[in-house]
Amino acid sequence: MSKELIRLENCVMEFDGEIVLNSINLSIKDKEFLTLLGPSGCGKTTTLRIIGGFERPTRGDVWFDDVRINDVPPHKRRVNTVFQRYALFTHMNVFENVAFGLRISRTPEAEIRRRVAQMLELVNLPGYEKRQVNSLSGGQQQRVAIARAIVNNPHVLLLDEPLGALDLKLRKEMQTELKRIQQQVGITFVYVTHDQEEALTMSDTVVVMNQGNILQVGTPVDIYNEPQNAFVASFIGESNIIGGIMNKDRLVTFSHQQFDCVDSGFAPDEPVDVVIRPEDLQVVAPEEGQIRGIIRSVVFKGVHYEMMVENSSFTWMVHSTYQRQVGQAVGLRLTPDDIHIMHKS
Amino acid sequence: MKARYISVPYVIWMALFVIAPLILVVIFAFTSEAGGFTLEHFARMSRYVGIFANSLFLALVATAICFAAGYPVAYILARKESVFRRVGMLLIMLPMWMNFLLRTYAWMSLLEDNGLINRFLTFLGLPGISVINTDGAVVIGMVYNFLPFMILPIFSVIEKIDRRTIEAAQDLGANSLVVFRRIIFPLSLPGVLSGITMVFVPSVSTFVISRLLGGGKTLLLGDLIEMQFFGNAYNPYLGSAISLVMMVIVMVSIAIMNRFGEGEEGAMLL
Repeated sequence: MSKELIRLENCVMEFDGEIVLNSINLSIKDKEFLTLLGPSGCGKTTTLRIIGGFERPTRGDVWFDDVRINDVPPHKRRVNTVFQRYALFTHMNVFENVAFGLRISRTPEAEIRRRVAQMLELVNLPGYEKRQVNSLSGGQQQRVAIARAIVNNPHVLLLDEPLGALDLKLRKEMQTELKRIQQQVGITFVYVTHDQEEALTMSDTVVVMNQGNILQVGTPVDIYNEPQNAFVASFIGESNIIGGIMNKDRLVTFSHQQFDCVDSGFAPDEPVDVVIRPEDLQVVAPEEGQIRGIIRSVVFKGVHYEMMVENSSFTWMVHSTYQRQVGQAVGLRLTPDDIHIMHKS
Repeated sequence: MKARYISVPYVIWMALFVIAPLILVVIFAFTSEAGGFTLEHFARMSRYVGIFANSLFLALVATAICFAAGYPVAYILARKESVFRRVGMLLIMLPMWMNFLLRTYAWMSLLEDNGLINRFLTFLGLPGISVINTDGAVVIGMVYNFLPFMILPIFSVIEKIDRRTIEAAQDLGANSLVVFRRIIFPLSLPGVLSGITMVFVPSVSTFVISRLLGGGKTLLLGDLIEMQFFGNAYNPYLGSAISLVMMVIVMVSIAIMNRFGEGEEGAMLL
């Protein structure tokens, strides 16, 4: 888990003078499940394509096992890709799709048969060898694409939004499935998605990207609980982000009040972004809360109710399992742990 | 349901100008000069075996040349983006905007014994060539006239191949040659089949090309049929019978090809 396998060093990517990747540095460890997470156009797919060899960085180096691979074409890399919308070979059946890489490496026929059967077993499609890929459902095609890639024993599997085209229920199933496959075959997965929930569910490491920059690298728990700036906080889950002043270590002013917090290391009276998760705000009687406001809307979200609570300085998003009435005056209570302070971005 | 009515003019058109003439051809083919039913025309057909063979052979040669020349062009155009492609397509389409007869006459004056090509060769001090009025000239005419019909369907099929499919093959270890052999070529087969059909069918039935460039020396099926209707040999019954046999030959060869490319249907133009 600790050995470094891939390293991107100051990688810059320009398309027609437009900077898509802004000198990124990234280290990917052996056998980890790493997710590149960000909104569309953030450079995550480009990063993946650089690792796969489909794009060459304008500047910077790509290292694989301490060998520089900038000039190595895709067909010579020990990396396989699961493409967005699968890119299966429609003129071949399932068996020939999965066997494609093995045939090219001139694997003996008996071995091919054994390995393909084993892979179809792994992705839960045993006995599908003779089926035409066009006759399969989206989820099944996805599984064929995964089998086709990992049958070649790659060091790294690259996945480009592989679950994007599936419906919610199937997507959840495949998330668990992918994690199981990754642990079973024990190789590195580099996964691209714009779905924060997917990233948090599956990854060992999450890399949050925006506008060609890497904003934060960390475990899902770190990224969620300790976002380093307002963008990460708002992209990963819902957040209340409000401007504030950091008076001194562990004391912050926002919404016209001083609060104790747990952050330190800011300049005296530095303007900061204060991030508070909606589920951390506790709804209490008006006199018991540090913040008072009026409920402006209540929306049922399944597990919880999402309420907007307005006071003189801000409209707070609050998640609560108890339903309350629109127009009701309430108090919001929060503890020092719930307050996350970030440098203005 | 209402959409049905929209097709009415089309159905009438087809019935009048496609189905009715076909039925007439079939009736004529089985009618004797006296007006009764007969198989006599088909029995007489054996005399023309040579012409059938020659027509099929020249059409096959022309189709093969069109494929060999057209595929690389279609491939290169489909895989290149932008200006190069647009100019290339324009150059391929341009001759098709000119009259078919005119184009063929142009080749006549190019290939003549004291035509442009020979005058150029003499100018260079080289011995002249005599191509006009040979099977070679007929094949040249067919290739020139029908080459775009080979290039266009192949081009449109290759152009539609998803870039990711090709990348997926590269990703799995395929070099450019393997990508072509195992991915691009098999996926372009429907285009190849339409191209072959669209070149072979007009080639096998042409009479203008063989008359103008072949000098009437080698009689092709088209010439033979034309002679029965507008020529000295006036015999529309026999002409219909020959047409019918030719149609059957063409249909059978298309059917065989379609079977060959089974599972790739959808891109067929015919």
